Amino acid sequence: MLAEFLQFLFSGVTVGATYALAALGFTLIYNASNVINFAQGEFIMLGGMLAVLFTQGGLPIPLALVLAIALPALVGVMVEKLAIEPAKDAEPVTLIIITIGASLVIRGLIQVWLGKGTFSLPAFSGDEPLQILGATLMPQSLWVLGVTSIVVVALWYFFNRTPHGKAMLATSYNREAAELVGINTNWVLLLSFAMSAALGALGGILVTPITLTSYDVGIMLGLKGFVAAVVGGLGNGLGAVVGGLLVGILEAMGAGYVSSSYKDAIPFVLILVILFFMPRGLFGGKSTDRV
Amino acid sequence: MTKNPFIGLYIIMTVLLVLPFVLPNSFYVDLAIRMAINAAIVLGLNLLIGFAGQISLGHAGFLGIGAYATAALPTHFGWHPLLALVAGAVAAGLLAAIVARPIFKLKGHYLAMATLGLGIIINIVARNEAAWTGGPDGMPVPAMSLAGFEISGDKHWYWIVAVMLSVSVWASLNMMNSPFGRALRALHGSEVASKVVGINVVRYKVAIFVMAAMFASIMGSVTAHYVGFVTPNLADFFHSIELVTMVVIGGMASVYGSVVGAVLLTALPQALAAFEGWETVIFGAILMLSMIFMPKGLVPTLAAKFSKAG
Amino acid sequence: MALLQVKDLSIHFGGVKAVQNVSFSVDAGIVYAVIGPNGAGKTTLFNLITGIYTPTAGTIHLDGESIGGKSPDALARRGVARTFQNLQICMNMDALENVMVGAHLRLDRNLLKAALRWPALKRRDCELREEAAELMRFVGLHDYINTRADSMPYGALKRLEIARALAMKPRLIFLDEPAAGLNPKETIEVDALVRKVANSGVTVVLVEHDMKMVMNLSDRILVLDYGRKLTEGTGAEVRRNPDVIAAYLGAHT
Repeated sequence: MLAEFLQFLFSGVTVGATYALAALGFTLIYNASNVINFAQGEFIMLGGMLAVLFTQGGLPIPLALVLAIALPALVGVMVEKLAIEPAKDAEPVTLIIITIGASLVIRGLIQVWLGKGTFSLPAFSGDEPLQILGATLMPQSLWVLGVTSIVVVALWYFFNRTPHGKAMLATSYNREAAELVGINTNWVLLLSFAMSAALGALGGILVTPITLTSYDVGIMLGLKGFVAAVVGGLGNGLGAVVGGLLVGILEAMGAGYVSSSYKDAIPFVLILVILFFMPRGLFGGKSTDRV
Repeated sequence: MTKNPFIGLYIIMTVLLVLPFVLPNSFYVDLAIRMAINAAIVLGLNLLIGFAGQISLGHAGFLGIGAYATAALPTHFGWHPLLALVAGAVAAGLLAAIVARPIFKLKGHYLAMATLGLGIIINIVARNEAAWTGGPDGMPVPAMSLAGFEISGDKHWYWIVAVMLSVSVWASLNMMNSPFGRALRALHGSEVASKVVGINVVRYKVAIFVMAAMFASIMGSVTAHYVGFVTPNLADFFHSIELVTMVVIGGMASVYGSVVGAVLLTALPQALAAFEGWETVIFGAILMLSMIFMPKGLVPTLAAKFSKAG
Repeated sequence: MALLQVKDLSIHFGGVKAVQNVSFSVDAGIVYAVIGPNGAGKTTLFNLITGIYTPTAGTIHLDGESIGGKSPDALARRGVARTFQNLQICMNMDALENVMVGAHLRLDRNLLKAALRWPALKRRDCELREEAAELMRFVGLHDYINTRADSMPYGALKRLEIARALAMKPRLIFLDEPAAGLNPKETIEVDALVRKVANSGVTVVLVEHDMKMVMNLSDRILVLDYGRKLTEGTGAEVRRNPDVIAAYLGAHT
């Protein structure tokens, strides 16, 4: 009984960490520009796929991993420059379509270049599963959780204790005011896309040894990351992390105890429930419109 | 208004009348039927997205409800296909009504998320409940019949769809310049202003959502009967995005824009088939480029150019 | 009998008591002004009475009927119209259509008739178009009758909002800073317009900072400060009130 529960919990938290990183990416970009970046999932895919490409291509693993995070960050910057900036004042629907177009381009290019196959990465510290209270835990899961925790703490430190981070926060609260005090908001926007993509790519790399990767994993991961961000309260960093973990755990529990064929539906049922009863998400604040 | 807005409709009707005699073979007739069906769906969706300014990223789900209703109810329960079509529309309408009220009290991205979730859930149900829906491989659809006369094949469906499209365009044009249509557009322009002139914003949003859903369901049933087969792909996320793209590229809040958008984007995959493997990239690139350089959509942008020149 | 009666009205947002125990009444047919320094709660008061906010305490009665907490569209049905400090114009529509929207409640909103191009509906729409053009002329916008809202200057848009409010054929109209952002010439024109509106029988409640305009136009004035009522009376009474002078008027007039 306990073993079963723990099993589901472990796998839920593991995949939830990936969702959390994706949700953080959504949150970063949303805060900086009020745009919902539908290409976020593709950054996750890029991380995994590029890591596979570089390690199989003979590069030393540390270099391969660094590149697999840096290149998506570059792609993120390109998306911002080529797709978002030219259309800054467009209606929300238009911007959503643009980011969807960007996601198609990224996914399509990878499909042409690397094909439709499924790939894996070797686990970082071996495949020997750990036994905890009767449940098995893959060492890779510990990597996922550990690295994600470090990243979350680092982000917290960055946003609350460093001038650059605070500048980004200021921009998210009031763009014009931030510009007036000398913050280069264009840089903030670029940086937020780059960081977002890097976060997503990192999540993709961490989870590939467990869930494998292919050209189209980005879609569902991105959508579920979006669900997690909204569950936590769109724009709230802590909410993104909590939302991600919650979505992951509920998905795993649902798949384990209720029905595994409806696994993918669970996050979306969750989002409808949350939106019905707690529309601002778990941590979203109340806001009033000034008229 | 000095120009007669119905001129476009007359042109469309003339084209529809002449087309079957001009098209070389049934492949093109099939394409024309698909274009017309999409145009009708997009007209309904545009009321929601373009006029009322709401977002729906799960519209294809309603297509699926209509399509599967008209496939499953006759097959498993012996219902008459027409009754099944009506039942599908009612079901879609009810679902839309239940979901809409709580959702439309929210704004923007929350709405997008909720409609997205709804569409995906419908798709997953269609994929999983194989006993009713045939699962991922889909199921065949019995032919529609009217008073004993069986309707099948492109010869019949072309004319039915042509009439449906013409009526839809006519009705949409009428609605645009009516109190109801103005209320929708005002909603898009300023919700606060709409409220203070007496528009019950939530009720209108729900109404238009339900309308668009029911209409999509009907067209979903039509598609199912025409093709003779239905698969879960009809109701998946991509299809929802395709539909939204047709609205946005043709021109939001433009009746003729909806038709143009549907025609172009239905033809596009055919045109891209030559670029084996690159379709996704090209489609995405076209989406991005047209939204960046023509954010108002094709028809309004061209109309503005012509009115400046003239 | 007073058309509008407000008693002990209060609202707080978290810890901020934006409006505290405000009471006043407005008789039908007069011009009633609400003045006070920025942040005194004037727009909040408007928002409370026109249904945008729900009061946390107190009552509002329109013609004897309690309207506190009713939605804006319910108030519209009771003949209450308003304009906004931050323009709320539908930029996606023509100027004329913006005004026509004001008449929403007076029209047949039936969807089916609209879709089928019911002749009676069409006829009514044509009449409404004429009526809206007439209203635009009334507020001095004859030059803009055939333009889109997004190509009109700020001052014209402020008047468009008034035209839209008048299209509702209201009995009570709230004007929130109608002269804000206007130059002296435009302000005089708005002054004349508000007088015209009042003379046509509509009760006018207005918020304004321009003291000359307020003193010229108003029959009675309510002075707010920090969400509380400082005093109420005719222009002459208010000017003489030492608290008002201390808090607000200073070296004016």
